[in-house]
Amino acid sequence: MLRPATIRVWSLVHKWTSLICTLFLLMLCVTGLPLIFEHEINDLTGHDRWRPANPGGPLMTYDQVLETALQRQPGHSPIFMSFDTDRPVVNVTSGPTADAVEAKMHFAPIDRTSGEGVPPTPAGGVMDFILQLHTDMFLGLAGMLFLGAMGLLFTASIISGVVVYAPFMRRLPFGAVRASRSPKIKWLDYHNVLGAVTFAWVLVVGVTGVINTLAVPITDSWKATALKDLAAPYQGKAMTTRRASVDAAVRTAQAAMPGMQVQFVAFPGSGYSTDHHYAVFLHGTTPLTQHLARPALIDAETGVLTAVQDMPLLSKTLSLSQPLHFGDYGGLPLKFLWAILDLLTIVVLSSGVYLWLASGRRRAVAIEPAEARS
Amino acid sequence: MSGFVKIFGWPVLLALIVLVGLLGALVGDGPWDWLSWACLVAPLGVLAWVLVRRRR
Repeated sequence: MLRPATIRVWSLVHKWTSLICTLFLLMLCVTGLPLIFEHEINDLTGHDRWRPANPGGPLMTYDQVLETALQRQPGHSPIFMSFDTDRPVVNVTSGPTADAVEAKMHFAPIDRTSGEGVPPTPAGGVMDFILQLHTDMFLGLAGMLFLGAMGLLFTASIISGVVVYAPFMRRLPFGAVRASRSPKIKWLDYHNVLGAVTFAWVLVVGVTGVINTLAVPITDSWKATALKDLAAPYQGKAMTTRRASVDAAVRTAQAAMPGMQVQFVAFPGSGYSTDHHYAVFLHGTTPLTQHLARPALIDAETGVLTAVQDMPLLSKTLSLSQPLHFGDYGGLPLKFLWAILDLLTIVVLSSGVYLWLASGRRRAVAIEPAEARS
Repeated sequence: MSGFVKIFGWPVLLALIVLVGLLGALVGDGPWDWLSWACLVAPLGVLAWVLVRRRR
């Protein structure tokens, strides 16, 4: 058992890490709740009422789709091409230059049976607002990294919470709630039992959330290392303007990685490729391999395969952190479980604030008060 | 019963079950999803049980 002085230190860690991050964590839990069901909410608001113009008709090639999209955005360079899995729609992202910032990008979903534009999910709606608040509080990279720091404090608070849980529970059976005692003791017991049953889930969602806040630096480091090596032989050459067929590039990539499906294509000069390649990202079909995309780099001038790359460990960790944070990889029941666990976390956070307010603020939280003994 | 098992027995058991559930749904669909749902219902079931039986 830990000595009282050690427990006092842990309890101070629990108190201060929690106090600093709680408001932000409450915001994240509240905004995260509707985001769990983002896909379902978007469907309800009309996203799934769209039908292709010629269902079952012949599909346009990717090159034809790209040409159609660029004709509607004169002067634009292609940036990304992505593929809807549940409908014959190809999304073309273009911009004034291939390395345009996100705000300057144009996103055009196109019906492969007719070449007509598909109305995109209306942007700027409530769900977009909630997502922005949850991701970076409208502060861009700085906001993301700040929330990552709050997540780190939260992780420290969870771990120190496990340590200071012990002295409280020495004389109590697991899950005891002394509801007939003072509100403070009652809520202390709720805080402890809810924390104890949710802790593994909260820790996983918290840590994967922190990793997700590092998406930009992790992707940048992949570009600065792996992609740089591939671009080295082309040094001094001007950026390749698109030449080779996109359809052929996708077929070449699939031949190099049989059984895998195309997720998206990054064009030369874009953030996910070099200045001279199509990067064709393929993924597998299980929930695990679906999130672990591998790019095939294809020379955009000749259409020849340069390399199939394995993503570095950091990028793979980031890819797997996304489903584990969003809870979107096990059907609707998993989403409902995510929502219940999220609500329980809100109770743990709020009761923690209540216990601090009720403690007179001078005592460290885990020093077992005489009245808390049963 | 040792102090550690008395205090951390249930939380550690539930944490292991939850981790199996979280990773299970990543591995595959169908039965893997069912496994995952069952594993994540476990802490909620235990919570409901203690709130009914150990509230006094």
